[in-house]
Amino acid sequence: MKTDIILTGVGGQGILSVAAIIAATALRKGMYVKQSEVHGMSQRGGDVQSNLRISDKPIASDLIPMGKADIVLGLEPIEALRYAHYLKKDGWLIANSTPYKNIPDYPPIEDVLAEIKKFPNHIILDADTEAKKLGSSLVANVILVGAVSPYLGLEYNDLEEGIREIFGRKGESVVELNLKALKKGLELSQEFVKIK
Amino acid sequence: MKKLLLLGDEAVAQGGIDSGISGFYGYPGTPSTEIIEYVQRSPQAKERNIHREWSVNEKTAMEAALGMSYAGKRAIVTMKHVGLNVAADAFVNSAITGVNGGLIVAVADDPSMHSSQNEQDSRYYGKFAFTPMLEPSNQQEAYDMVHYGFDLSEKYKLPLLLRLTTRIAHSRGGVEVKDEARPENEVRLPDDPVQFVLLPNIAKRNYEQHLLAEQPALIEESEKSPFNKYIDGPDKSMGIVASGIAVNYLMENCPEGCNYPVVKIGQYPLPYNMLKKLFDEVDTVLVLEEGYPFIEEQLRGFFNTSPKPIKGRLDGTIPRTGELNPNIVAKAIGKEIEIVYSPNSIVKARPPQFCDGCGHIFFYKALNDVMEKYGKGRVFADIGCYTLAALSPFNAINSCVDMGASVTMAKGAADAGLLPSVAVIGDSTFTHSGITGLLDAVRENTNMTLFILDNSAVGMTGGQKSAATGRVEDIVKGLGVDPDHIRIVNPIPKEHQTMVKVFSEEIAYPGLSVVIPRRECVQTYIRRIKMQKKAKAAK
Repeated sequence: MKTDIILTGVGGQGILSVAAIIAATALRKGMYVKQSEVHGMSQRGGDVQSNLRISDKPIASDLIPMGKADIVLGLEPIEALRYAHYLKKDGWLIANSTPYKNIPDYPPIEDVLAEIKKFPNHIILDADTEAKKLGSSLVANVILVGAVSPYLGLEYNDLEEGIREIFGRKGESVVELNLKALKKGLELSQEFVKIK
Repeated sequence: MKKLLLLGDEAVAQGGIDSGISGFYGYPGTPSTEIIEYVQRSPQAKERNIHREWSVNEKTAMEAALGMSYAGKRAIVTMKHVGLNVAADAFVNSAITGVNGGLIVAVADDPSMHSSQNEQDSRYYGKFAFTPMLEPSNQQEAYDMVHYGFDLSEKYKLPLLLRLTTRIAHSRGGVEVKDEARPENEVRLPDDPVQFVLLPNIAKRNYEQHLLAEQPALIEESEKSPFNKYIDGPDKSMGIVASGIAVNYLMENCPEGCNYPVVKIGQYPLPYNMLKKLFDEVDTVLVLEEGYPFIEEQLRGFFNTSPKPIKGRLDGTIPRTGELNPNIVAKAIGKEIEIVYSPNSIVKARPPQFCDGCGHIFFYKALNDVMEKYGKGRVFADIGCYTLAALSPFNAINSCVDMGASVTMAKGAADAGLLPSVAVIGDSTFTHSGITGLLDAVRENTNMTLFILDNSAVGMTGGQKSAATGRVEDIVKGLGVDPDHIRIVNPIPKEHQTMVKVFSEEIAYPGLSVVIPRRECVQTYIRRIKMQKKAKAAK
C-alpha cells in the first residue's frame, strides 16, 4: 500500500498541520513516511505545497513524480489546480471552495471551480463555512482531512487516533471539536461523490 | 534504537547531539535554519548546555566553532550556501590550520533558488579548501554522517564539509537514532602550540606536510567509505554515478534495482578507483548530481583521453540549471513517466508578500511618497522580508545582492554622484554585515540616508532573535554617526505624515543620516502574545 499526496495552499493556511495528522496516523500503523515541506520565503502569503508519501514499504524519493500523485488536496481552489497536473489519470483532486484572494488578478471563482470539475475524480467542499458552523474557523483543515480520508489507505478510526495524538495536549474539548470536523469532512465528501 | 520522523536538518542536529558535540554555531538561512532551531528546542541540549545561540554572521560562527575545536571539543557550524561566502576566509584557512576537536561545517545549498539569490554548489568550496566532504542521500545518512564525520575530522585533524540540499534539509523521513550519546571531549590544547599560527612558514608547513600530504589517504577513505558504493548491474551499455538526493530519485525509478551499474557517491574527494572500474566496464556514463556539474567535470578530467561519452548537465542530458526531480532522472535513464494532465492556465502566480499589519508596508508607502520627486533607481536594499518591496504594488527597491550590500552600494553610488542615494537594511542584516560598511560612510560623511528597519527579529527565516535588538542606536552612535541625524519613527498608518517629513529632511541633508523605523515583526508579536496568554492561563 502506497499513497502519494500533494498538499497545497497559501502560506499561513496550515498545510503542515494537515500533513502532521496524516503522517502521525501512518507512523502509528508502522508505515514509512516521507514529507517534503516548503520553508522560507514562500511562507509569507505565497503558494506553498508539501509532498506527503506514506507506504508499507521503504520510500525512495522525497518528491512525488509528476504524473504519479494519488491525491492533490487543496486548502484553496486555485492552489489545488496549481499542482493538479501531478495527478495520475484516476487520481483524486480534492479542494476547498473558499478562495484566498491576496492577489490582484484572482480569476472568477466559478471559472476556477469549473476547471476542478473537469477532473474525473474530484471533490469540492466549502470547508471554511462548515468550520464556522462547527464553531471555529481553525478546523477547516481537519474537515479537509475528513474529506480525503476514504482515499488515504488508512482506517478512519486510526485517523481519529492520529487527531488525539496531535491535539491531545490542547485538551479534550479541542480533540472533540477536531473529531467532529473530521466526521463532517467525511460526510460531505461521501455526499458529494454520491450526488455527482 | 528508537525511530524519529526528522527533517534532514533535524537529523544533522540530533546526530550532533548524539555524537558528543559541545557547540553549534550558525546564522539563520533557508534551508539550514532548522538545524540550530532543533537544538534550541532539544531538552538534551539544554541539559548538557550545548552551545546553541545564533551568531551575528556566518564568519563569526565559523571562527567560534574553530575556537571550540582549538580547545579540543567538537563543534558544528551551520549556514546556507551563500553564508559560506561570508565564512569563506575562516573556512579555507581552517583547512590550513587543521583542527583539534572534530569540526563539521554543515552547509545547505538551495538549487532552484527557492529562497536564495543563487544556486552555488558548496562542494566546490570543499574541493577548493581540500577538505573531506560528505553528502547524505537521505535523512538517516544525514544523522549517521555526523558521527562518522566527527571521527574522520578527528582522525585527519581537518575540518569536514557536510553538504545538504533543500530537498534533504526540508524533507522528513524516518531516522533510527542511538539510545545513548557519546561523551563530549574534555578541554585539551593542540599538541603543536603553533598549529593555528598561520605565519607563512607555519602555513606552508601545514599546507604541504599536512593538508596536501593527507589527500591520498582521504581518497583512500572514500574508496572504502560506507557512503560510497559500487552496485553492479547487468546492462553495461551505460553506467550511472549518482550523489546525494539524486540517488533517491534514481531508486524511485528503479524500485527493483537498477539494470545499469551504479556508483553511489556520498563521500569526497571522489573515489578514483571505484569510478575507473565503472568507466572501464560501461559504454557511456551518466552523472546524476544535485547542483553544478561537479562530479561530471572531474570525470571529464579523470578520463579525458577516452572517447566514451560522459552525460549530465554539460551535454544537456540533464537541464543545466535547477534542482533534479524524479521525472528528470526518469527521462535521463530512458524511463519517462507518463503525464496525463497539463498545467492549467487559469492558475495565477501568488508571490510571497508582507504579512497583514507589517511595519515594512507603511515604511515603504512613506518612502515611495518621498522618493517620487527624485525618480526611480535610487534605493539600494538588502536581504530579508523587506526585499519583497521589489514586487508590485511597491516596486520600491533597486538592489538586493548580498548581506550588507545596501549600505556600501548606496555609498558607492553617492560617491559617483547619484544623489540622493538611499539604503534600506533590516536590523539583523545590519549587524550581520552592515556595520563595517556604515563605518566607511561615517569616515567620509557620505551624502546618503540609511534606513535600518528594526523589527527586532530575523523575520524572513522565522523570527529568530536578532543580535541588534535593543542596541541599534547605540551601534550607530558608537560608529560616529551625528546624533542629530539619527531619527527614529514608528511605521504605522497614522504616522505617515511624520515619516514623510522625517524622511524628506534626512534625504535632503547633504551628509550621512540614519533613520530607524521601529516596529516589532507581526509574526513574533503574535507568537509572544500567545505565549503570554498561555503563561497566564497556566497560572
